Amino acid sequence: MASNYDYEDAPAGHEDPSRQDLGYDPNFVPDSVKSFLVHLYRHIREKNVYEIHQMYENSFQTLSDRLFKDTPWPSVEAVAPYVDNDHVFCLLYREMWFRHLYARLSPTPKQRIDSWDNYCSLFQVVLHGVVNMQLPNQWLWDMVDEFLYQFQSFCQYRAKMKNKTEQEIALLRQYDQAWNVYGVLNFLQALVEKSNIIQILEQEKEGLEQFTATDGYDYNGGSNVLKVLGYFSMVGLLRVHCLLGDYQTGLKCLFPIDISQQGVFTSVIGSHIATIYHYGFANLMLRRYVEAIREFNKILLYIYKTKQYHQKSPQYEQILKKNEQMYALLAICLSLCPQVKLVDETVNSQLQEKYGEKKYGEKMSRMQRYDDEAFAIYDELFSYACPKFITPSAPSFEEPFVNYNQDAYRLQLKLFLYEVKQQQLLSGVRTFLKVYSTISLGKLASYMEVDEPTLRTILLTYKHKTHAVDSDGRIISNADVDFYIYDEMIHIVESKPVKQYGDYFLWQIVKLEGVINDMDRVKLE
Amino acid sequence: MAQKPQQQQQQNVAYTVEQLVAVNPYNPDILPDLENYVNEQVSSQTYSLNANLCLLRLYQFEPERMSTQIVARILVKALMAMPAPDFSLCLFLIPERVQMEEQFKTLIVLSHYLETGRFRQFWDEAAKSRHIVEAVPGFEQAIQAYAIHVLSLTYQKLPRTVLAEAINIEGLSLDKFLEQQVANSGWILEKSHGKGQLIVLPQNEFNNPELKKNAADKVVPLEHITRIFPILG
Repeated sequence: MASNYDYEDAPAGHEDPSRQDLGYDPNFVPDSVKSFLVHLYRHIREKNVYEIHQMYENSFQTLSDRLFKDTPWPSVEAVAPYVDNDHVFCLLYREMWFRHLYARLSPTPKQRIDSWDNYCSLFQVVLHGVVNMQLPNQWLWDMVDEFLYQFQSFCQYRAKMKNKTEQEIALLRQYDQAWNVYGVLNFLQALVEKSNIIQILEQEKEGLEQFTATDGYDYNGGSNVLKVLGYFSMVGLLRVHCLLGDYQTGLKCLFPIDISQQGVFTSVIGSHIATIYHYGFANLMLRRYVEAIREFNKILLYIYKTKQYHQKSPQYEQILKKNEQMYALLAICLSLCPQVKLVDETVNSQLQEKYGEKKYGEKMSRMQRYDDEAFAIYDELFSYACPKFITPSAPSFEEPFVNYNQDAYRLQLKLFLYEVKQQQLLSGVRTFLKVYSTISLGKLASYMEVDEPTLRTILLTYKHKTHAVDSDGRIISNADVDFYIYDEMIHIVESKPVKQYGDYFLWQIVKLEGVINDMDRVKLE
Repeated sequence: MAQKPQQQQQQNVAYTVEQLVAVNPYNPDILPDLENYVNEQVSSQTYSLNANLCLLRLYQFEPERMSTQIVARILVKALMAMPAPDFSLCLFLIPERVQMEEQFKTLIVLSHYLETGRFRQFWDEAAKSRHIVEAVPGFEQAIQAYAIHVLSLTYQKLPRTVLAEAINIEGLSLDKFLEQQVANSGWILEKSHGKGQLIVLPQNEFNNPELKKNAADKVVPLEHITRIFPILG
């Protein structure tokens, strides 16, 4: 059942941490690296955000590909002299050092713990308000993203107690605070609070603050680091709560961000995708299928139109992977709540045709049959697309040692399939409801080969399952075809989909204004 | 008007715990407060999903501190919150091996019956598990309210027998109940030929499509429009 669920995050072939030692001298700093560091350090001091972004996105990648394909970058001790031993720069460098390590190699247990220490130092410096830099949003997002990726990875690692060596177990015992779930959550919470980001966003609505309009950058000589990290931490909190299975609280954490509008979260494609992916997934688990479908549809269309621009980016593979996963989630949502009219033409055709053997269109029709094969497909798609759930508690250090890294995933999958099973009878009813405008209870019962009391319970189930409770406690109907019962007669009502033109026009108006402003600026230069 | 001291104290407790959950939720020290708050919710017939989720999370972080009795109470309260999906939301946070215990299996079965409109089976099973459900005051009324909610989504007019089975009230008690609903909630009773009483429920947008809010009425919130005032001006 769990066969499709790939828990191994490390790139294939890089399983062996000892590979790190092959011909690697941590003290050797190639000239191109010296130059890179000196320039990056200068740009950061001079707050040249554009140049910082170029160096961060491009130069770092190029150097990694050319010189550090499967070794780490030089140690921070070796590079510090070239950057005036600047404390904050060294913390930033170390963060990138570990990120590179995780991406190309496999971290040793000690390295995992050292990385945690580095994040602690880095976040503490930021929280004390002493960082006076302007860093590109891409970099700040990557920090939060990587922080949580390493947390997830550590939980996975820690949960596999079975084959651990004595040294590993001793290390886990000694550094029990490393990647502690309280620590992770409290850092995110502290960044949100210290940055005052929620109040800033509130005041922005009343025109008293500028944040989104400047993409989070501070044009008054200050720093954007704490504010933007605080902002991205809200997305981070949504993600962590999804990993824990607490979807309600996750959505609450995201609430200050209005996802129906452009915002700082859309300024970085990775953040845009992560936000919508988790938002959609949480809504799916909360049975708010229409909301999930709407958001998946929007972002899949967006990715379809813009992915060509990210082909050279280091995030490209991740973008494609999340894209696939969201198609799978969309297929699930549409099978449970067949409102195909909510889905854009382009996205729909992708679902039906494009993905070779994935062919979601085919899978969707099989899922709606609700037989054993259907459940297998629900299982497969959910397992492929779901977040990598974690067990946050510390392991038991008493023998026998077991691997419990799949427990959290198994629970979420089981509960999800349980919900699917409860909806099994709905698709049969739907077929009949689509055909008739009125039908008596007796007749429908005989067509469906059930007795009348059973039919009544099926109809009640249909009503309950298609009428979800939204975040304000109101009832919203998910039903594409609806009905009511008057004594012995069922009256069927076909509902019309609600297209939200308002938001679309607002978005386009703001976008056009932005383009006009850009063009005006060109004229003046 | 001065409140009774006990009421005032209860309100103060509720206010403080909600503050804790809002300001400092990832803190193992508040676990006892949250547990007390669950008992508070049970005895004073109030409910807070956020506080209960916060507690379930803390139990997840430190499983050795979990109290299955408290968890069971949280689940009963969640059941009473139907049609909201609170029961599932709580289950997502409770380890599988705990869910295998007898009392939790029973609660899951009860939830299943309610989710699938099987009210007769629900009341039968609830009668067998009095010790679980009677520990929480207001349980019966809450489920009856849910039953009426689902019936109101579904029926414009339904037979008395269907209502009776759904809310587990019959005979004279049911007559009295119907009188109250007629007086307070706009229900209408009809006599039908040979089939017994029929109940006409008030119309809403779910059991009467004509009352459904028009798509064109979907207004864009004002605060979204204010963003483009500078552009329009």
